[in-house]
Amino acid sequence: MTERKIRIMVAKPGLDGHDRGARVLARCFRDAGFEVIYTGCHQTPEQIAVSAIQEDVDLVGLSCLSGAHRYLFPRVVELLKEKEAEDICVIGGGIIPEQDFEMLYHSGIKAIFTPGAHLDDIVDWVRQNVEPK
Amino acid sequence: MEQTKKIREGNIRIVSRLIRNLEDSEPEARTAIKNIFPYTGKAHIIGITGSAGAGKSTLVDGLISAFRKKNKTVGVLAIDPTSPFSGGALLGDRIRMQKHTEDPGVFVRSLATRGAMGGLSKAVGDAIHVLDAMGKDIILVETVGTGQQEVDIIYNSHTVIVVLVPGMGDEIQAIKAGIMEIADIFVVNKADHPGASQLLMELKNMINMAQIPEDGWPLPVMTVESAFEPIKFGEKIDSLAQNILKHYEYLVHSDQLKSRLHRKTMVEIKDALRTCILDQILSDLEANGELDRLAYKLISKESDPYTLAEEISSRYLKKRPGKPYQKKG
Ligand SMILES: Nc1nc2c(ncn2[C@@H]2O[C@H](COP(=O)(O)OP(=O)(O)OP(=O)(O)O)[C@@H](O)[C@H]2O)c(=O)[nH]1
Ligand SMILES: [Mg+2]
Repeated sequence: MTERKIRIMVAKPGLDGHDRGARVLARCFRDAGFEVIYTGCHQTPEQIAVSAIQEDVDLVGLSCLSGAHRYLFPRVVELLKEKEAEDICVIGGGIIPEQDFEMLYHSGIKAIFTPGAHLDDIVDWVRQNVEPK
Repeated sequence: MEQTKKIREGNIRIVSRLIRNLEDSEPEARTAIKNIFPYTGKAHIIGITGSAGAGKSTLVDGLISAFRKKNKTVGVLAIDPTSPFSGGALLGDRIRMQKHTEDPGVFVRSLATRGAMGGLSKAVGDAIHVLDAMGKDIILVETVGTGQQEVDIIYNSHTVIVVLVPGMGDEIQAIKAGIMEIADIFVVNKADHPGASQLLMELKNMINMAQIPEDGWPLPVMTVESAFEPIKFGEKIDSLAQNILKHYEYLVHSDQLKSRLHRKTMVEIKDALRTCILDQILSDLEANGELDRLAYKLISKESDPYTLAEEISSRYLKKRPGKPYQKKG
């Protein structure tokens, strides 16, 4: 039996096409030893949920710069629940005003990282909070 | 068996977890393969190989559309490399296939090589069995970006598509061995780039020289371009799909299907033996520290690798005491 690998999907829901941040994060996860599925820009919440299940990931990292996170992030959590995959952990990043945090946490987002966040802190968070299934 | 039933019904959660357990060599995954094995062997398995960035994923995306139009269900296994330094991997093939995500007739799974050398992943053979048992009519396997030597795809597919891109020029002469020998269909991709017609000509020359027998497969060479013009691209890909299906018919009507199956199963049984015998012994030796002690015996020149290996093999393989390796007459 080999060691269980953490699998992560990094996805960008919504309409903005700036995926530099998401790519940097994906690469950083790879360098931390995780297997990262990168799905690119313009993903609908439905596509994200289906892909996460097909890839059997432990964690979905959502990145959103367009301001639509209030709708998009909770919708991904909701769809995973509908598909009986609520064990897949969802975190969010991007330009997210502090007043939205509570609402997002309440909807089931497990962590939020804003542009100031250190990449190492995100990796540490994953190591401490995500148990490969 | 509950799990087997769920796999055959196409339960995505069960299928994708099983593939993961196979990648991680979980013991219960092996049991699952034992159970589904009788239900495999129906799918047409197509390998897509070629250098990094040649446009393999873009072709796979097109082929999914083409086969879906023919009402065939499609499974995709897309392999990308594992980083030798971190052990992590960035799997990006799926980006090109997003438009099929919500089609329940399509299942896409990314696999990391995890150190496998042949352009695939160790779990790919078993993952193919899973998609096959799940009832996928067509299984597309995209290799990592290959050089000349990564040809393991031939042991895992019925039809191999080798994707080449212009700009290789005379290099074809140099790379005639290896990857050039495994093609059932050549695709000159990005034929909108300069050098395409020369590449095409060189390929055709190479094939003419190979003198295919009259009842042989006439190795098609196809050009594909304009991946960004859906209608034109679609037409090209439809005829590629047509050739792929024709190739399968050829395999069925000649004896080739049987001999390919034999070639595949020989590799499969050898792999299984290695897993069940060699891996077992190695992990034993590693766990009890003997492997370390053996290594020191080599460093101190107390012994040599073959003497030690023969001792171990005579201990483990009781019926056939450690005779030195002899070539059969
Ligand atoms: N000009 C042109 N570019 C193309 C064509 N097909 C694909 N590309 C581009 O080539 C690049 C690589 O395409 P992919 O399909 O990801 O290539 P790949 O072989 O799967 O790449 P790896 O999996 O990384 O080895 C992308 O930027 C595509 O848009 C084509 O027909 N013409
Ligand atoms: Mg690819």
